[in-house]
Amino acid sequence: MNKVILGRYIPGESLVHHLDPRSKLILSFYFIIIIFLANNWQSYALLLVLTLGGVFLSGVSFGFFLKGVRPLIWLILFTVLLQIFFSRGGTVYWQFGPLALTSFGVINGSYVFCRFVLIIFMSTLLTLTTAPLEIADALESLMEPLKKFKVPVYEISLMLSIALRFVPTLMDETEKIMNAQRSRGVNFGEGSIMKQIKAVVPLLIPLFVSSFNRAEDLATAMEARGYRGGEGRTKYRIHFWKRNDTLACIVFGLATLVLLYLRNW
Amino acid sequence: MEEPMIEISDLSFQYPQQESEALSHLNLAVAAGEWLAVIGHNGSGKSTLAKLIDGLLIPKTGTIKIAGVQLTSSTLWNIRKNIGMVFQNPDNQFVGANVEEDVAFGLENQGVPRETMIKRVEAALTDVGMWDFAQHEPARLSGGQKQRVALAGVIALQPKIIIMDEATSMLDPEGRKEIIQLIQNLNKKNGFTVISITHDIEEASLAQRVVVIDDGLLVQDDKPAKVFQRGAALIESGLDIPFSEKLKNEIRNQGIDVPQEYLTEKGMVDWLCQFISKK
Repeated sequence: MNKVILGRYIPGESLVHHLDPRSKLILSFYFIIIIFLANNWQSYALLLVLTLGGVFLSGVSFGFFLKGVRPLIWLILFTVLLQIFFSRGGTVYWQFGPLALTSFGVINGSYVFCRFVLIIFMSTLLTLTTAPLEIADALESLMEPLKKFKVPVYEISLMLSIALRFVPTLMDETEKIMNAQRSRGVNFGEGSIMKQIKAVVPLLIPLFVSSFNRAEDLATAMEARGYRGGEGRTKYRIHFWKRNDTLACIVFGLATLVLLYLRNW
Repeated sequence: MEEPMIEISDLSFQYPQQESEALSHLNLAVAAGEWLAVIGHNGSGKSTLAKLIDGLLIPKTGTIKIAGVQLTSSTLWNIRKNIGMVFQNPDNQFVGANVEEDVAFGLENQGVPRETMIKRVEAALTDVGMWDFAQHEPARLSGGQKQRVALAGVIALQPKIIIMDEATSMLDPEGRKEIIQLIQNLNKKNGFTVISITHDIEEASLAQRVVVIDDGLLVQDDKPAKVFQRGAALIESGLDIPFSEKLKNEIRNQGIDVPQEYLTEKGMVDWLCQFISKK
């Protein structure tokens, strides 16, 4: 379970860490959109500089980013190979039945590869430098306008933050139940698929039951502490939009302009 | 006489789908600043009593008055501001993502302005000695530390009454001692009224008054010394007696005459010293 890079946060004091989570969230999404504007080497080089700049400023070691790519490597290679062998056009280097290696194919394949890697790098940068709870805060604050459409923004964000807070607790509990069941002779991850599925039942049911009990306890404790819903509450945790956030947005804005220019080079 | 902080009269409660009442016709008054321990075996109705006082359950009959105000659905939220509760399982009552946020949760609910909130969170965490851990997540804390945070959450609300619903039952002896000491300080320094629901007999022996509940009935309501004098009867109703009382029984079994009245550990030591020097 330690392989999961999503939600893994590396505390730090860098420039990127101190950005407002809202600006980080918006900019990461924005980056993923503008990546699809890039259509030649110059534009990809620009995006690469932008990403590496962010990585460098975050002060997080490069290895973590490579780890983010690793679980997806087969998906990336599969897509890239499909692009390479099934694209037509340009000089034909080699051909065999429906498969063909063409200059267009090679270029398209490398573009797809670049896109994947850049998107993964940028989203890893977001999760590595932003605590899960900050992301939840950012989502709440960005969903604020939805309140006009009767979306229970506060409740959603409370659920999100409680869910995040209970992830490690439930992980521990899963481990405990697994070990307890193992000590009583349950084999996890062995035998045929049917057997493996059956072995999960003595893990899932206790976990469900204990989650219900936890929920009940937590609800009682929350009520005893005066929780009556989102109305009339104040907030302890507040994020401030700082000069650096505006600066980051300007950098991304300029990058977009340059990108649009490079596109038609 | 001063008006009691908590006044319970003719209180009954029955859980749905259960044949007998969890509590029946209970009368109890707790003075301001008093430390009351409620003891009883499992399922005797202790926790039900705590939840009724906080308005988390609605009684079948009877009334509860907190600081002179009767508990009804309209006064409920105001009354709850006066009561802080610490529950048994330290994991399941931790709402916030880290220590300081959890302490702030109750304050947020009351709509306390942020500046005041920051000050009170820091003060409460300093009180329980957890300020250095303000940024820590619950997963990185021990059970005793989590319980201290829960206590800080209660202190920050500045209630008049603290109810501990078996708050020390899942802790190791060390953590238990720390929590009890903290409560003792709060009770003495800030004049909080403390109701401690417990299985831990040593904890009960520190209280000013002990109430014994057995199958929903209030069996005894007296000073700890008087309650523990009934040694054998206590054991019969599924409870334990303090260590000094056990030692006394053992000595008595050896055919040595020991005083009838309850002795604390210190009292026991004194008596033993006197007894030996007399020989």
